Amino acid sequence: MAAEDLPSEFDVVILGTGLAESVVAAAFSRVGQRVLHIDRRSYYAANWASFTFNSLLTWIQQHHEEPQPEELQDWSSLLEEGEELIYLSNSDSASIRNVQVFCFTSEEDEEEGAPSTKEDDRGAADGDAVKETPESQSADAKDKAKKQKAEEEEEEEEEEQASQTKGEELSAAQSQSEATRKKISYAQLVKEGRRFNIDLVSKLLYSRGSLVDLLIKSNVSRYAEFKNVTRILTYRHGNVQQVCTISLYTCLFTFEVTFYLFVCVCVCVYIPPFISLCMYISPHLSVSQVPCSRADVFASRQLSVVEKRKLMRFLTSCVEETDEQRAYKARPYLEFLYDQRLGENLQHFLFHSIAMATEDTTTEEGLASTRHFLRCLGRYGNTPFLFPVYGLGEIPQCFCRMCAVFGGIYCLRHSVNCLLVEKDTNRCKAVIDSRGQRISCRHFVVEDGFVAVDRKKRATPPRFLSRAVLITDSSILPSSSDQQVSMVTVPPVAAGCPTVRMVELCPSTMTCMAGTHLVHLTCQSVGSAFEDLSPLVTTMFRTTESPDRETSPSVLWCLYFNMADGSGLDVKGHDLPSNVFVCSGPDGGLSHEHAVRQAEWIFKQILPEEDFCPPAPNPEDIIYNGENASSTGEEEEEEEEEQNKQGEGGEEWKEEGKEEGEGVEEGEEGGDVLEEPSDGGVMFSSTNLTTTPAMH
Amino acid sequence: MKKEREKKLKIYVAARDACFSKRKEGVWDDGALQITQQLLSSNPDFGTLWNYRREILMHLETVKDEDEVQKIYEAELSFLESCLKVNPKSYGSWHHRGWVSTRLPRPDWARELGLCDRCLNLDDRNFHCWDYRRMVVKKSGVPVDRELAFTDRLIGSNFSNYSSWHYRSTLLPLLHPESPEPLPSPRRPPPRSSPPASPQNHSHRVCEAQLLKEYELVQNAFFTDPNDQSAWFYYRWLLGRGESSPASLLLVFFKRTSVHPRFKHSPVWICDLPPGTISDVTNEHNLTVHWMERHAHRDCALYTGRTESWCRDSATDQELFRSELSVEKTSVLQSELQSCKQLQELEPLNKWCLLTIILLMRALDPLGYEKETLAHFQTLREVDLMRSAYYSDLCSKFMIENTVLKMEYAEVRVFSISDKKLTTLCHLDQLLLVTHMNLSSNQLQRLPPQFSMLQCLEVLEAENNSIEDLEGVFHLPRLEEVLLKNNKISTLADLRPLASCPKLKRLDLRGNPVSGLEEVEAALTELLPSVVDLLL
Repeated sequence: MAAEDLPSEFDVVILGTGLAESVVAAAFSRVGQRVLHIDRRSYYAANWASFTFNSLLTWIQQHHEEPQPEELQDWSSLLEEGEELIYLSNSDSASIRNVQVFCFTSEEDEEEGAPSTKEDDRGAADGDAVKETPESQSADAKDKAKKQKAEEEEEEEEEEQASQTKGEELSAAQSQSEATRKKISYAQLVKEGRRFNIDLVSKLLYSRGSLVDLLIKSNVSRYAEFKNVTRILTYRHGNVQQVCTISLYTCLFTFEVTFYLFVCVCVCVYIPPFISLCMYISPHLSVSQVPCSRADVFASRQLSVVEKRKLMRFLTSCVEETDEQRAYKARPYLEFLYDQRLGENLQHFLFHSIAMATEDTTTEEGLASTRHFLRCLGRYGNTPFLFPVYGLGEIPQCFCRMCAVFGGIYCLRHSVNCLLVEKDTNRCKAVIDSRGQRISCRHFVVEDGFVAVDRKKRATPPRFLSRAVLITDSSILPSSSDQQVSMVTVPPVAAGCPTVRMVELCPSTMTCMAGTHLVHLTCQSVGSAFEDLSPLVTTMFRTTESPDRETSPSVLWCLYFNMADGSGLDVKGHDLPSNVFVCSGPDGGLSHEHAVRQAEWIFKQILPEEDFCPPAPNPEDIIYNGENASSTGEEEEEEEEEQNKQGEGGEEWKEEGKEEGEGVEEGEEGGDVLEEPSDGGVMFSSTNLTTTPAMH
Repeated sequence: MKKEREKKLKIYVAARDACFSKRKEGVWDDGALQITQQLLSSNPDFGTLWNYRREILMHLETVKDEDEVQKIYEAELSFLESCLKVNPKSYGSWHHRGWVSTRLPRPDWARELGLCDRCLNLDDRNFHCWDYRRMVVKKSGVPVDRELAFTDRLIGSNFSNYSSWHYRSTLLPLLHPESPEPLPSPRRPPPRSSPPASPQNHSHRVCEAQLLKEYELVQNAFFTDPNDQSAWFYYRWLLGRGESSPASLLLVFFKRTSVHPRFKHSPVWICDLPPGTISDVTNEHNLTVHWMERHAHRDCALYTGRTESWCRDSATDQELFRSELSVEKTSVLQSELQSCKQLQELEPLNKWCLLTIILLMRALDPLGYEKETLAHFQTLREVDLMRSAYYSDLCSKFMIENTVLKMEYAEVRVFSISDKKLTTLCHLDQLLLVTHMNLSSNQLQRLPPQFSMLQCLEVLEAENNSIEDLEGVFHLPRLEEVLLKNNKISTLADLRPLASCPKLKRLDLRGNPVSGLEEVEAALTELLPSVVDLLL
């Protein structure tokens, strides 16, 4: 497209499509600001993104390539008098490190596939995880080849699918899962790659957290669907124990619709300290379910009735602060729990799984997080957490959609090279985009990855998160329902080690193919992701390193990487013009508080008088009355179309734009579809903004 | 806004009037269906309109063929579904749905069950839906075990649900009956033709293995939330509910007395024996009493030298008062008592727990646990002030039972229960032959009408109570002495019942308000001419 197609004046230009940036974009657009929202990447949501298996392979490949130092172009010709340039860094690769991939499944379709020896070698590869070993690179080369082949297949498949009815798809999926009981090959993973939505970050939504509140308040919730985390598990004594398994319904924010979708979420796994290597092969570690709601406690088979009473009494007493609790305020939470004489079992649940505390958590903090946990219980189900169907990457996109509906303009593969700053006022007057167009703006919001390191102010030295993504063949705690979403907190294996958070997703969350589970591991980095997390993987799962763990789920494929921890970045105090705001990347916390608070803070700095994300009107409530209908569907569609024309950065964009346009249209006219209690699948196809980000 | 509402009201009223006039004219056509539908969808609680609709539908049944009728009724069902969305607790809509379902030529029960499940998911205490569901289950013959699993599921998601627990209590005896009676095989739907095991004729008991499982389940509930009464009620049901055997108490006297005016049915029947039947007290007499209504009869013997005889059905002491919990195996009750005590240690002030402990103790060993029972009652009264009077009455009942158990009834004619904080009198039917009753130093406020059963009573000691009312001291032919010192009798009228006791000689009214009245002595002499010893 021609660069001139972009208007040359905006109120706010936002670079980066992470959660905070997207919320900011939606908030501005909603109150009538002209927003240009761009991202250098070819996909939405930056480090918050979700990928299909195949696009994840592409992502991995990108992060293996040496970042090509971009030549700094001289834009001084565009300078006006009294202005100076601030160049932005255009490589975001610094935020991702130590990407390592291991495949434990056979390359090709085999009946009973024993892992090929080659991969064994690779899987057992030395612990030198900091540098990419030649082996792992060769693996990627293989991946690449695979990928190309797979893409061809995929295209065919797509066509097929288009003509297939939903029912047929279902039965196909079923037969698929039956066939894969044996062992899913790598080729199958690639072939079914579109069934995956693999998140780069692993978080959950507290059902009374700020993100859920924001989604409801702003009406953005209508663009997404959520499932309850169904179980909170604990990992101890060498067994995965089910503290509570509950089937929950899918929760829609509109309560009119109730589904019978059962989700399994394993949220927290507690893994006992690994003091020495020999503990890695300890057969005595286990995962169990944490009873946290009244119904859980009632149903729990692990607690004695006396423990049930004690637990309920403790939880009830937490709701309001007592004198006793005040007395312990600054003392360790562990001490407080110990003095409650709850017994080891309950103490473990309360400390690790409910308060998610660490050794230096004070009683005040511990009780505060326990209270938050309890307040969140029961709003949408028996655990306090929600997970978005199709992955967390949906959420930034939902906000982007809201922004677009109110006139925001979107461009992917489009960046800002430098800022034009008025020297006198130290304000950014305009930006120069990657095509050399000068675009005036009154405010500029940018993802921190684009800001040169020397201009940023950090509260703490840069920290990293260690992440692992595993595709496994079964759940860590099999239960009657194989559709569980579980959350597990694994306590530090030894003093100084990080607590590991684990989320296990099932196929009904639309994040993995039938017959597999997707496991996300997250912790604060001590070493590389591989160093931090692979001992745990070896302990809890069956890999080539731990082939004797026959009852544990097998890992088919896994990915390790480190991601910059966004929580260390200060919101203010950077060496930047006063109207430039920096959004940090994902933080290591379980909740989305950090990003939401950051977005709200930025919004309030710029427009202190305006409401932050007021409810968007329902499509059917919009009254068409003549000219001043700035929010009528028609116009939006025009704008969408305009975007389509603008986004010329490749076919994908057009396709995506089209999809989006369609989506909006349906959203506008088909309001009924959203509300009408009908079968979940149907709702999806019509309500998701970009269910399948078109990235090949 | 107001205008719009008025407009709406006008339309509504007009439509209603149109409806009524159509009904008067006997119009039973599609148009009438239409108009009632409009009205009912905005107000589904309009009973008359549902009736009209039923009339129309019944008429249409006669003129249309089956397929068309099926179609009409199916449309009716989906219309009802929309009504239920307006008001999920509308009596009219649910009733009509039940009616339609039974008239549907080819009913789709699975769909109806699905609807109920959806409704119960939204509100698991919607009793309309529960009722309707029971009807559907009955009609469609859902196997009992599936239904039990259904209650499992609902209780699992929220155990504060009387409906689920209650439903369970009706299913368990069917699925796991106590005795090896011919049990309906769980897989087979209950046969339609045979009369369903109704509560009246079924034993209500559940086999022990299942009972133990149920105890565990319900314990999980009340340990989790001891303040939730639904689980406790179910627990009490599990522990057994004594079926009080029909009281077949007959008493034969020589003389006719009148029945207390307050009784509709006299608990004491008095009949004249034919003259000369028992002329000779030196011989033993055997009498047989026939109860025509029940075809029951009972022999009793009047032994030599006696003028009274006491006989009752073979009820042992153990069974006499256990109406609250029937006797389970003692070992089971004992272990349940242990569990409850465990809970009580954790929750010393939980009223449900205390009450259950008391009941268990009563069932196990009423006399042995008397002291503990009294202490628990004291705690109960303190923690549940609103019901302290209830607990006092219950405690009084238990104390009287204990006293009765302690006396060797056949021999002793003295019943003494003083200083026990009694607030009420009961089980007087067990005391018919008592001649001397000591109720002093309690907290009684009245002597109830049942008191007049004590036809043999000669001396009544009731000092230091709060008696205001002597209603029950009525037609007691042998009563000679009534001691009412320090009570609260305030008017002469309160003393009037005493006039019906012909042998009353001694009356102590000291410390009563009535004794301070003017000229009370003269009035009393007039009222009770037989009294010779009056203390005021």
